[in-house]
Amino acid sequence: MNLFDHIGRFIIMLRSVFTKPEKWKVFRKRFFNEVDYIVINSIPLVAFLSVFMGAVISLQTASNMSSPLLPEYTIGYITRQSTILEFSPTIISLIIAGKVGSNIASEIGTMRVTEQIDALEIMGVNSIGYLMLPKILATMIFFPFVVIVSMTLSLIGGWIAGVQSGLYTTETYVLGIQAFWYEDADGLYYALTKTIVFAFLLTAIPSYYGYYTRGGALEVGRSSTKAVVASSVAILLANYVLTQLILI
Amino acid sequence: MVEVKNINKSFAGTQVLYDVSAKFEPGRMNLIIGASGQGKSVMAKCIVGLHEVDEGQVIYDGRDFSAMNRKQRTEIRKEIGMLFQGSALFDSLSVIENVMFPLRMFTNKTEEEMRERAAFCLNRVNIIGKDNLLPAECSGGMQKRIGIARAIAMNPKYLFCDEPNSGLDPKTSIVIDNLIRELTYEYKMTTIVITHDMNSVMEVGDHIIFINQGRKAWEGSNKEIIRTDNEEVISFVYASSFMKNLREKLINS
Repeated sequence: MNLFDHIGRFIIMLRSVFTKPEKWKVFRKRFFNEVDYIVINSIPLVAFLSVFMGAVISLQTASNMSSPLLPEYTIGYITRQSTILEFSPTIISLIIAGKVGSNIASEIGTMRVTEQIDALEIMGVNSIGYLMLPKILATMIFFPFVVIVSMTLSLIGGWIAGVQSGLYTTETYVLGIQAFWYEDADGLYYALTKTIVFAFLLTAIPSYYGYYTRGGALEVGRSSTKAVVASSVAILLANYVLTQLILI
Repeated sequence: MVEVKNINKSFAGTQVLYDVSAKFEPGRMNLIIGASGQGKSVMAKCIVGLHEVDEGQVIYDGRDFSAMNRKQRTEIRKEIGMLFQGSALFDSLSVIENVMFPLRMFTNKTEEEMRERAAFCLNRVNIIGKDNLLPAECSGGMQKRIGIARAIAMNPKYLFCDEPNSGLDPKTSIVIDNLIRELTYEYKMTTIVITHDMNSVMEVGDHIIFINQGRKAWEGSNKEIIRTDNEEVISFVYASSFMKNLREKLINS
């Protein structure tokens, strides 16, 4: 199958994803299970990464600021902008695409090769909607909150690292964080819009690869790898397109 | 009754089924037999709609299933129970939750009523006191029986079993065969079993269809299969010298 076949089949699949669930009660239960499984379970990893990445961003910015013409609060400002515009929405999404994407593809792929999806179909259940809609919606709705947590922790990481190493004071850092906020606040909406799109990609693409797995354990592994690669590429492409559309 | 009329099916230019027609009556054990790769599983998947037929009709009690849209098929599928080769139990659900699953999706029963029905079905297949185990914690034979319990939970009119004995020892295989037969007679279901297990054929085959190279090569009962002179059937059923000798003795006696 070439790329266009995949895109076509993916779009056809999406028509079945966004259909009314057979039973709302069952959907609700699956939805909150997915919130827990995909979103809540990702928070510790996101928190760990965010604190250290924030620390590294601020330290690297501080160590490269050699010009006396640049005010010291620039460090906080650059840390904030890097975190909000790129690090938290994009890098965290890429990392979660690796963690969650392989999980989703192998879960659905295993269900496919062990005929569990056929069993759903025989019962008259819309297997695509049943398996994918709760994952996609749960991530699209709640992943932005994870990214907000990541932004906050990244800024805290930057503050701790800088103050700890004596590169700047708390006041200077906070001043940088607050600098030009009224002009730059739109960046937050841009970041959250991106996050929602990335959340869709990092669940829908692995679901697609899992669902159309054919064969056995080897193919499940391959689908899982393909899912992570494809969702990462899609996130990077979407990042470029959205930046062009929203920021420029 | 399930009827297939002149069904043809091909995959990527390779024809798998050629003009197959058959009638499967309720209250009987209908067996589709044949060697691996001859098209019997494809035929079963065409009947239940997992594969679309290229030509021909699949008719459930006068309702042309092959001409229906997804929504109409869903209504018929609620009347179908299926036991899969690997049981296809949902890994993340407990034994009782697996059996309750179709009830949860398609009925408005209360939690208590669903549990009661699931317990009854599990009891019927002799699974007692295992409600909270996960499928991975059950043996192959148990998984098959749980699969049967799930298949009959909605009181189906049609029961499909895809190689119910695969991976089971002969003793457990007979238990599963007899269980399917009992349920078929008890609930007057139209049961279609896909198998290449000769013990099943001899033990429970009320009506047998032999598929060879995608064509219906023979049709009859387990009594008739012993005395048939159809070369294709003989070479499949009596493949070993032991079976050949046994057949000769049976015929001579």
